[in-house]
Amino acid sequence: MKTKKNIVFGLYDDEQDLLKAVKVSNERGLKIYDVYSPFPIHGLDPLLGLKESRLHIVGFIFGTLGAMTAFFFMSWIFKIDWPNVFGGKAFLPTPAFIPITFELTVLFAGIGMVVTYFIVNGLSMKAETEVLHDRISDDKFCLAYDVTGTAFEHTNAYESLLNDTGATFVSSKEMSDL
Amino acid sequence: MSSHVSSIREPLVFGNKSYHDITEDLVAATEKSPGKLWLAMFILAVIVLSFGVFAVTWTVYYGIGSWNLNRTIGWGWDITNFVWWIGIGHAGTLISAILLLFRQRWRTGVNRAAEAMTIFAVMCAAMFPLIHVGRAWDVFFFFPYPNTRGPLWPNFVSPLLWDVFAISTYFTISVLFWYTGLVPDFATIRDRATGFRKKIYSMLSFGWKGSAKNWQRFESISLVLAGLATPLVLSVHTIVSFDFATSVIPGWHTTIFPPYFVAGAVFSGFAMVLTLMLITRKILHLEDYITVNHIESMNKVILVTGSIVGVAYITELAIAWYSGYVYEQFAFLNRATGIYWWSYFGMMSCNVIIPQLFWSKKLRTSVFWTFFLSIWINIGMWFERFVIISTSIARDYLPSSWSYYIPTWVEIGIYIGTFGLFFVLFLGFTRVAPVVAIAEVKSILKEYGDQYLDKKQENI
Repeated sequence: MKTKKNIVFGLYDDEQDLLKAVKVSNERGLKIYDVYSPFPIHGLDPLLGLKESRLHIVGFIFGTLGAMTAFFFMSWIFKIDWPNVFGGKAFLPTPAFIPITFELTVLFAGIGMVVTYFIVNGLSMKAETEVLHDRISDDKFCLAYDVTGTAFEHTNAYESLLNDTGATFVSSKEMSDL
Repeated sequence: MSSHVSSIREPLVFGNKSYHDITEDLVAATEKSPGKLWLAMFILAVIVLSFGVFAVTWTVYYGIGSWNLNRTIGWGWDITNFVWWIGIGHAGTLISAILLLFRQRWRTGVNRAAEAMTIFAVMCAAMFPLIHVGRAWDVFFFFPYPNTRGPLWPNFVSPLLWDVFAISTYFTISVLFWYTGLVPDFATIRDRATGFRKKIYSMLSFGWKGSAKNWQRFESISLVLAGLATPLVLSVHTIVSFDFATSVIPGWHTTIFPPYFVAGAVFSGFAMVLTLMLITRKILHLEDYITVNHIESMNKVILVTGSIVGVAYITELAIAWYSGYVYEQFAFLNRATGIYWWSYFGMMSCNVIIPQLFWSKKLRTSVFWTFFLSIWINIGMWFERFVIISTSIARDYLPSSWSYYIPTWVEIGIYIGTFGLFFVLFLGFTRVAPVVAIAEVKSILKEYGDQYLDKKQENI
């Protein structure tokens, strides 16, 4: 079952305003739920304390898997399952395996990474498409706080921060888990 | 931010655009009904495609005998067209992957359309080997699957099989790269849409939210995919060149082929990107996003790769002479002065002389000249493949089997038909997806918008 979250959020017109707001928020010790933007904002990740993505490790693992699959499969076929002589070459012409080994390395790494990327981001054809505001994918930069279960007088701290830092639109919305 | 900007930096986004303007401009084409020009082109493309389907059906029904290939010349228009389309399919990944690694910001204006072009061009290319095998329905024999014939495996040391793997990998990775980039832009369309349209784009956008972590992963995967696609794109045409270079045919078995083919592929690919983008820019009114600066950058790539190709042609001749091998020498002499001299002449003039015109800044910043010359380069690169393939085998070791080859209407029909397929797909694409990557253009606006660089310029 999906839990409902109560989100307070503010929209900014410029990514620089948002970056300032995030700094102020960190100074005031308010825990940011998330930041939504129409394009990647540089310098945001360290402010939010986000660790570097580990997708490239996934790519490496799948790539290695692809290389081994291709190389050992071809070796097994040519050496054990159906030994054959092509153009008087050895049964195990390893240099001639390089192109296909390389292609499968890239193929496995690419597919593995993209599938992982979709899974960890929760992206799918059936994914929840409710958004905080329609303009976030257009030109607004959104700073969101999770205020579920917070008493009314405490939510004011969030709203006043958003107003203080120049948010052009402040609102709250009840949403299923983003 | 603009205070750190180099004074020689040229704007890539004109018209004093805000983020919202970018969204409005780039999503517009998917929200309006198509214009008359689009409709006319689409109908034309469908007619051409239908003729192609007819020619393919004819080939499948009557067999490859309906082509003019003969015992001496076993590869004609089909393989020429295959290599030509694959070459065109190189520009998209080059723009999106290699230019991403080199941090070339001008890629943002053209990468989306170029990637789409890549995918469609590879589809057109794949048509030709598929038909040429004769029994297209048995083409899955290429793949190593456990079968009841032994199992009998394909020959993994044959360049033709490497081609199968290279092209299917290239196609898959290009599609993944392209779609990963499209997801945030589909989300932009989704958030503006209502009703049934919203439903469709909700599915296409995979529930993209644009959170900080989403974008971090997006940048990470773009970079690693670019890193993977860069050697991939170089490997694909290298392997295509192996189809020839590993043979024992004079004129084919030259070690210069891999770099020469890759340079040629980039050369022809950029020419096709220009041809296509100049039309798209006109039809969709994207002059503010695909600017003269983009066109000039692409023309510079054409100039470099065109020069590489020119040097390769001359090196080939020099090496043939230097080898002291009479058959090799004859093959090249025959190319230039034999029965197919006209195709050699077409290749040399279109690929070696024409790109040199781009030394002139006036020509490479002129939309008209770029369009005009890019078409000649497309033609020249087709001639190059025809010269390599057909002229080398038309005059083989035995003068009694020397032959000449001109295509039948069926072969011409299939080739023309692939243009129909290409344009049907591309025109369809311009209606359902933004042809310029919205999120990426927004991300460079502060560095390259004309209002930030304070360089207002009259658009052409």
